Amino acid sequence: MALAFLLNGTPVRVEGEPPTRTLLDWLRTSGLTGTKEGCNEGDCGACTVMVTDADGSRALNACILFLPQLHGKAVRTVEGISGPGGEMHPVQAAMVQHHGSQCGFCTPGFVVSMAVAHLNGDRAHDDALAGNLCRCTGYAPIIRAAEAVEGSPVPAWMQADREAVRVLAAGEAGVFRPSGSDELAAWYLANPDAVLVAGATDVGLWVTKQLRDLKPVAFLNGVRDLQAIEVQGGQLHVGACVTIASLREAVADRLPSFAEMLRRYASAQVRNAATIGGNIANGSPIGDGPPVLIALGATLHLRRGDEIRSMALEDFFLEYRKQDRRPGEFVAGVSFPEKADALRCYKISKRFDQDISAVCGCFNVTVEGGKVTSARIAFGGMAGVPKRASLCEAALVGKAWTEATVEAAAEAMAGDFTPMTDMRASAGYRMLTAQNLMRRYFHDLNGTAVSVLEVAP
Amino acid sequence: MSMGKPLPHDAAPLHVTGQARYIDDLPFPANALHLAFGLSTVAHGEITGVDLSAVRAAPGVVAVLSAEDLPDMPDCSPSAHDEPLLAVGTVHYVGQPVFLVVAESHLAARKAARLGKITYRELPALLTVDDALAANSRFEQGPVIWAKGDAGAAIAKAPRVIEGSFEVGGQEHFYLEGQVAAAIPLEGGDFMVHSSTQHPTEVQHKVAHALHLPMSAVRVEVRRMGGGFGGKESQGNALAIACAVAAKATGRPCRMRYDRDDDMVITGKRHDLRIKYRAGVDAEGRILGLEFLHLFRCGWSQDLSLPVADRAMLHSDNCYHLPHIRIESHRLKTNTCSATAYRGFGGPQGMVGIERVLDHVAFVVGREPLVVRKANFYRAMAAAGGQPPMPEVSRTDGETTGKPWETSGQKMSKAAKEGEVDLSSRGAAASVGSHVLPPDGRVQTTPYHMPVEDFIGHELVAELERTSDYAARKAEIAAWNKQSPVLKRGIALTPVKFGISFTLTWLNQAGALVHVYQDGSIALNHGGTEMGQGLFQKVAQVTAAVFGLDAGQVKITATDTAKVPNTSATAASSGADLNGMAAKAAAETIRGRLAEFIAEKHQVKPATVKFVDGTVRVAGEVYDWARVVAWAYQARVSLSSTGFYSTPKIIWDRVKGTGRPFFYFAYGAAVTEVVIDRLTGENRILRADLLHDTGTSLNPALDIGQVEGAYVQGAGWLTTEELVWDGKGRLSTHAPSTYKIPACSDRPRVFNVALWGKPNREDSVGKSKAVGEPPFMLGISALMALSDAVAACGDGSVYPALDAPATAERVLMAVRRVEGV
Repeated sequence: MALAFLLNGTPVRVEGEPPTRTLLDWLRTSGLTGTKEGCNEGDCGACTVMVTDADGSRALNACILFLPQLHGKAVRTVEGISGPGGEMHPVQAAMVQHHGSQCGFCTPGFVVSMAVAHLNGDRAHDDALAGNLCRCTGYAPIIRAAEAVEGSPVPAWMQADREAVRVLAAGEAGVFRPSGSDELAAWYLANPDAVLVAGATDVGLWVTKQLRDLKPVAFLNGVRDLQAIEVQGGQLHVGACVTIASLREAVADRLPSFAEMLRRYASAQVRNAATIGGNIANGSPIGDGPPVLIALGATLHLRRGDEIRSMALEDFFLEYRKQDRRPGEFVAGVSFPEKADALRCYKISKRFDQDISAVCGCFNVTVEGGKVTSARIAFGGMAGVPKRASLCEAALVGKAWTEATVEAAAEAMAGDFTPMTDMRASAGYRMLTAQNLMRRYFHDLNGTAVSVLEVAP
Repeated sequence: MSMGKPLPHDAAPLHVTGQARYIDDLPFPANALHLAFGLSTVAHGEITGVDLSAVRAAPGVVAVLSAEDLPDMPDCSPSAHDEPLLAVGTVHYVGQPVFLVVAESHLAARKAARLGKITYRELPALLTVDDALAANSRFEQGPVIWAKGDAGAAIAKAPRVIEGSFEVGGQEHFYLEGQVAAAIPLEGGDFMVHSSTQHPTEVQHKVAHALHLPMSAVRVEVRRMGGGFGGKESQGNALAIACAVAAKATGRPCRMRYDRDDDMVITGKRHDLRIKYRAGVDAEGRILGLEFLHLFRCGWSQDLSLPVADRAMLHSDNCYHLPHIRIESHRLKTNTCSATAYRGFGGPQGMVGIERVLDHVAFVVGREPLVVRKANFYRAMAAAGGQPPMPEVSRTDGETTGKPWETSGQKMSKAAKEGEVDLSSRGAAASVGSHVLPPDGRVQTTPYHMPVEDFIGHELVAELERTSDYAARKAEIAAWNKQSPVLKRGIALTPVKFGISFTLTWLNQAGALVHVYQDGSIALNHGGTEMGQGLFQKVAQVTAAVFGLDAGQVKITATDTAKVPNTSATAASSGADLNGMAAKAAAETIRGRLAEFIAEKHQVKPATVKFVDGTVRVAGEVYDWARVVAWAYQARVSLSSTGFYSTPKIIWDRVKGTGRPFFYFAYGAAVTEVVIDRLTGENRILRADLLHDTGTSLNPALDIGQVEGAYVQGAGWLTTEELVWDGKGRLSTHAPSTYKIPACSDRPRVFNVALWGKPNREDSVGKSKAVGEPPFMLGISALMALSDAVAACGDGSVYPALDAPATAERVLMAVRRVEGV
């Protein structure tokens, strides 16, 4: 029983490591020091590695990636982005030529992110690199390097992992790693105190920052039936283990405002690991998934043993960090309408990319014949839980869709929330901004430009 | 010729392949130990109990040290000897190291460090400048006041008086490589230290002091840092000292690196401050008299706060002639981390003050801000009728009063009284002499009476106005704003004039060591450190040029106190200026010997020998470089030399605030265009056009990299980078999850960067100009552009009075002010 994966094209077996040993620690103590620790919490990207499985190649943060999550996959570090004979990858050569490195410490992470984007033909460089921080260059030369290699051939060694993992005989991992939700349900019922690890983008920090010892642990990345997205009767059914990256793809055409919010959800590395189930089950009042889903009228599906129950998503969040989830019960999935033309999601944060919302406001108002027939408005960052603005909604429904109605609704919102002051924003700013987002929504639906991101110089 | 070529960073191929080694990547002996600090949890308190039993019992722990284990507590301060390695009796801020864990692994050390049980009797904590002012808690006896003319009288007579006050936030360095050090015990009690420091000699000095060793027994090596930005000028001392102390105690190599959160909590940052101003102006917005009050929050220890606050005063004029000015600077002592050096070293704080004044003045007098700025510019040298030569000031001038560290009228630090002056640190509060240069009649002088001889602001700004299409865009933005109810755009042009030299005069020196081996290969060493700025490549280019070789033929070696001693910090943008000149001197010595040797062989004058394109040309013969070197070796010619440089012309009396602290000024200007959302305050930079003066660039690619990077970092300081402390003095923003440096998409969508390209009028290395810090202040244009956009939300009656950093929240509050809500 050992963990087995490919490392820069070579099979490795790892035994005797604790299940929460991070890939970054393991790499660096194994002598592969090209991958750097910048923050140890998945926010700087200095530790970015490429991970390939049957679904493709992705950039992930090695600092919050536990070794068992790699079982049966292929890992490529900066050392393996160069060819087997030491030849430079086109992005490496371009980074030298365009002066993309200064102190060089963030560079390996950038190189890996860029090589993954290059492999996948992804030319949205700002999005691909939002999770890589550089303090020296101001990013301009890095983007010049990324643009310079667009369309250049992908080196053969970068494509080899995909085939190699297909034939990799991984065997037993030596950790609990269920392959289906039935197996998970039975085990979790028997081990209700266990920690379920899906993407580890939050649980990772319990280990790297809180220095907690976690056990028992179940690694969910083999639970294929929870990774499905299905469309049925106008509803999207999204399994709990669907990553944010996959969800973003699924809603790109159906719910563009949701997709745009997910574009700004953390970073590519985090979206490639984090799951929608984790985002919900975590119960954070500042997660960006729940407000959108509540505004869409999503239904949450929970499973405990063989018992499955469903509820309106907003009912799941009882109070700060307390959810309506029983011991041994887990989030199985979420369903929501596949279309909502009036849905608008507004994420307000100090920085546009890779930041946690100070306020996240999601609006879904239906107007028929000039009158509001339904309103679902939900916020993150305004209370101890993701929460609907009920008084605001009430001030809209049945009224004419006019500026006066919107003003009244914005005023009514003052009764919906008692936000707090923290390092992200003051209570006063949160309330004022939440009310102003109601006003923005009105402008937005009227076709007025409301997003600074859409202004061209 | 290798000088002036846009070569890539010398280590770029290593960076991109992961082969570049940082200290934590070095192979250490398997028995190396790992260190972590246990930190104080209160901002101010008397330690009443220290129970470290659980720490000692934790897995992997080898030793635990606290104040009672170190009766002779090492000091980490670069200035006033006020930073014990571990708290003694009292803690002064949240995050102060209280005990030191020595363990078998990094993780074991970190885990054990959380198990200490320290009890405190909490004392009142001074967290803000208001707290400190009320308690008269400060460094130096009172405020430092420099004046020129009579500001009070000039303001009283002025047609209009404009007053204001604003807050300027600090800034976390966020070097991607956190603080790290290692110490390896050598035979005979000597130590080898690896430190991620901008100041190897200071680390050598502090480690030697801690272990009661002569400096010669401690060798410090720095190959590269993963970013510094000033944060590794003094803040690495504690780790290096801790490693040395623990290595001495255990006899084993010791390594220490801060976890990112620890790094952000423990180490100092850019000083935040409040700036108050009162300006008397005429109808055109010309400043007739100006008073500044700087309230610096320096934190718990002195560190480099005095010269930082000085440099803010020295940049309170920026590009503007201020005939009557008074600057009062308070250096307040608070129970927060000790604010430290950060790119610009107070200059940005001083400069944002005067730019704010100009912005406010323009708003009140109703004139275009750039017109008002230009109306206040220093006189151009051309208009002043030529370039008067500066008298060369002798470094042994007869008017120099006594020893350099005897400062007239200045309270001596305790250390200085004891004769323990930190000669290597610019934290030392001292001045050299009181020689004041007589101002030339045609030349305007700064508030500190230095003639401004090289002012190119007029030409440079005119060029940038043209290339950025400033006037047309300004008009287009005004029209656009009229039809956009929710979003508003803004634009601003701000200039930069930044003084180059350490204000502590004796630091303006450097040494270098050049070896030519018998095969013709060259090894270069100098006192500067590499933190990403490309210093090593620039100095290699300078050195190679002396021999007529390509830069690639010069092997760059790690900074090493055993090779070049008594190095100054790689700081104050001085790295290439000082070390480039020193390396040039060393190389020229060797070239001179080679020329003499080969000239004699051919019976010609040495001056006729040319070193070009890898060849030596003499008497019509062309020889390979390596061949000449081999001959010279066989003829027993010395092929190794040191080189030394000290900056001429500078002299400074920091007590009186007079002299010529700077060899020259570096200039630049930036136009930034922004857009804001009046409903949320969300804002973004749309376009930036930068024009920056690096003289005759030693390497335009590296210089442009510095300018671009500095602008983004400067704009970050004034927009998204917000440090938040809670009411108990705890830093809430201690990780990248909460502290937001610019990300990729925050760079300007359109980003035009150009170099001015005209030679430095002073005799600097290759006629270049220093580039590390000056362009940081180009970012001030982003704040002023935001002010312009906010103003567009009102009717012109209320000034936005935007504080920094201008987060979405601050922008929204300013919008509401101008809207009259």
